[in-house]
Amino acid sequence: MKRIYAREEFCLGCRLCEIQCLVRHSKSKKIIKAFRQERDQITPGVMVESAGHVTFAMQCRHCDSAPCLEACITGAMHRDPKTGAVLCDADRCVGCWMCVMTCPAGAVRRGKDQKAASKCDLCAGDKTPVCVLNCPNEAIVYEER
Amino acid sequence: MRRWLVQPEFKVERDPARCIQCQVCVRQCANDVHSYDEDDELVSSDGASCVGCHRCATLCPTGAIAIGRSQLDFKPNANWTPENIRNVYKQAEGGGVLLSSMGNDKPWRVYWDHLLLNAAQVTNPSIDPLREPMELVTYLGRKPDQVRVERGPDGKAKLATEIAPQLKLRTPIMFSAMSYGSISYNASRALAQAAAEAGTFANTGEGGLHTDFRPYASNMIVQVASGRFGVDPDYLNIAAAVEIKIGQGAKPGIGGHLPGEKVDAAISRTRMIPQGTDAISPAPHHDIYSIEDLLQLICAIKEATGHRKPVSVKIAAVHNVSAVASGAVRAGADIVAIDGLRGGTGAAPTTIRDNVGIPIELALAAVDSRLREEGIRNRASLVAAGSFRSAADVAKAIALGADAVYIGTAAAVAMGCHLCQRCYTGKCNWGIATQDPFLTKRLNPDVATRRLTNLLRGWSLEIKEMLGGMGVNAIESLRGNREHLRAVGLSDREMAILGVKPAGE
Repeated sequence: MKRIYAREEFCLGCRLCEIQCLVRHSKSKKIIKAFRQERDQITPGVMVESAGHVTFAMQCRHCDSAPCLEACITGAMHRDPKTGAVLCDADRCVGCWMCVMTCPAGAVRRGKDQKAASKCDLCAGDKTPVCVLNCPNEAIVYEER
Repeated sequence: MRRWLVQPEFKVERDPARCIQCQVCVRQCANDVHSYDEDDELVSSDGASCVGCHRCATLCPTGAIAIGRSQLDFKPNANWTPENIRNVYKQAEGGGVLLSSMGNDKPWRVYWDHLLLNAAQVTNPSIDPLREPMELVTYLGRKPDQVRVERGPDGKAKLATEIAPQLKLRTPIMFSAMSYGSISYNASRALAQAAAEAGTFANTGEGGLHTDFRPYASNMIVQVASGRFGVDPDYLNIAAAVEIKIGQGAKPGIGGHLPGEKVDAAISRTRMIPQGTDAISPAPHHDIYSIEDLLQLICAIKEATGHRKPVSVKIAAVHNVSAVASGAVRAGADIVAIDGLRGGTGAAPTTIRDNVGIPIELALAAVDSRLREEGIRNRASLVAAGSFRSAADVAKAIALGADAVYIGTAAAVAMGCHLCQRCYTGKCNWGIATQDPFLTKRLNPDVATRRLTNLLRGWSLEIKEMLGGMGVNAIESLRGNREHLRAVGLSDREMAILGVKPAGE
């Protein structure tokens, strides 16, 4: 399946990926409104990790053998049969955070509402995820490898 | 605290209605203009150290940042301009030589803007370049005085004249010398890749050729300059051509200085100097004090490369440029590159950059005329450099007599340069003129390569349109054909030097 890959050698650490992810997952989809009114409710699915000048964008790897799927006690964490993406059904998530504990990439986080796990959903079937579209230096790519 | 008399040049305005406190600007500015106050949860800006590079404004996702000129105006004075006053303040404070980067920004006459191209009407029909082939291929190098054709034993005609080594360009535009060191690894890589992709040449400058770029060596011209950095037999033989750099348009008569802080392990290996030491290129070549000395170096390089590579001599456009060019051709140069008044640089004394040299248009016309008069024009190709801003400038240069042009500033702009003229600080926010690992990674060489090849493609298409309009189907038909140019607003003397007629004549 197509996955998102980081090219750390070209990541600026600007965090525009996080910003655009937040906007994409907001209700309004408008950047200023999303930041003014919804910032506290949305957790971006992508995080920029940095140590010195080394930075890269990290999001769910949508592992073939996903520990979060194994660990989920309610079946909220599931794999989309069509796309292969690992997704979290917020309605079924009870907030036990076992997925957060087991994710080897640290890519599953508690949602800002503290109720359900939050993670990358590959922009819910969009042709290209917004972090990839908006990276100013093409340091995030979406491709089959 | 003592007040510093130099007031900020720029004013950074942040629209509070649009700013979302995302801090992209804070993370992108190498000059610390923007900062985030965690207590107030507020991003604020201080224009004092802003250089006007627009990095923040370009990356701001909401367009909340505007950069303007500082509104603090001096009393109007046509003689003591704000720049003059500010420069005196700076020197009164520091007592040093003022530095600047990129090309001359003073309002010297840009002759390209006083020259107009021709087009065919009725009697000489124009050609549609989208329907008919249009030739831009250019060969640089010595052309024979005459061509002899003989018949072989099989009765077939074959060329009996030995042709000197030539550079084949798909389009008459090459990338100027920009050394690895003055620009980043990624920028150097992009130039090399783009030259290879577009079928033209990039120039190493006096920075040596990084081992990673050796695969592109057949599209590289390597420079031998006064510091001789990075020069060894392998360097000379792997490249397509060798260029002896005598001068640079931005700083004729001045050498170069790459500060030791920029000489990291890779640059030290490439330049063949110890890590952390200043790379100082002397003003003259200490073994060249005459045309005869230049001849010796040209011959030495030709011997070292087995007479298989064209040798170029790059000179700055100065008062007696045509005599120097003539000497260079007689000394055996296969290509003479002339760099004009507005040519760029990574660092130069401002006063030199702004006041020394002559415009490339006049220098090019003068050299081309002189070489023709002396009957030696065929012995060398002419490459013009020193600020080509568009395809029209290139076409006009070709008509004035250039075989090809070098673009440096335009290439840097294509990669993202905003001409803030602060290359010498080493804090290029666009990742071009810097060695800071936080900044160099901002230039993805694949993106930059694409942008460079796009620029060359766009300009080449435009040149073809102009050629078609003139009713010619090859760049050769425009080359040195000043009948295709007319001048507007120039004096008789200027037109005489340029060899062009006034519009209407």
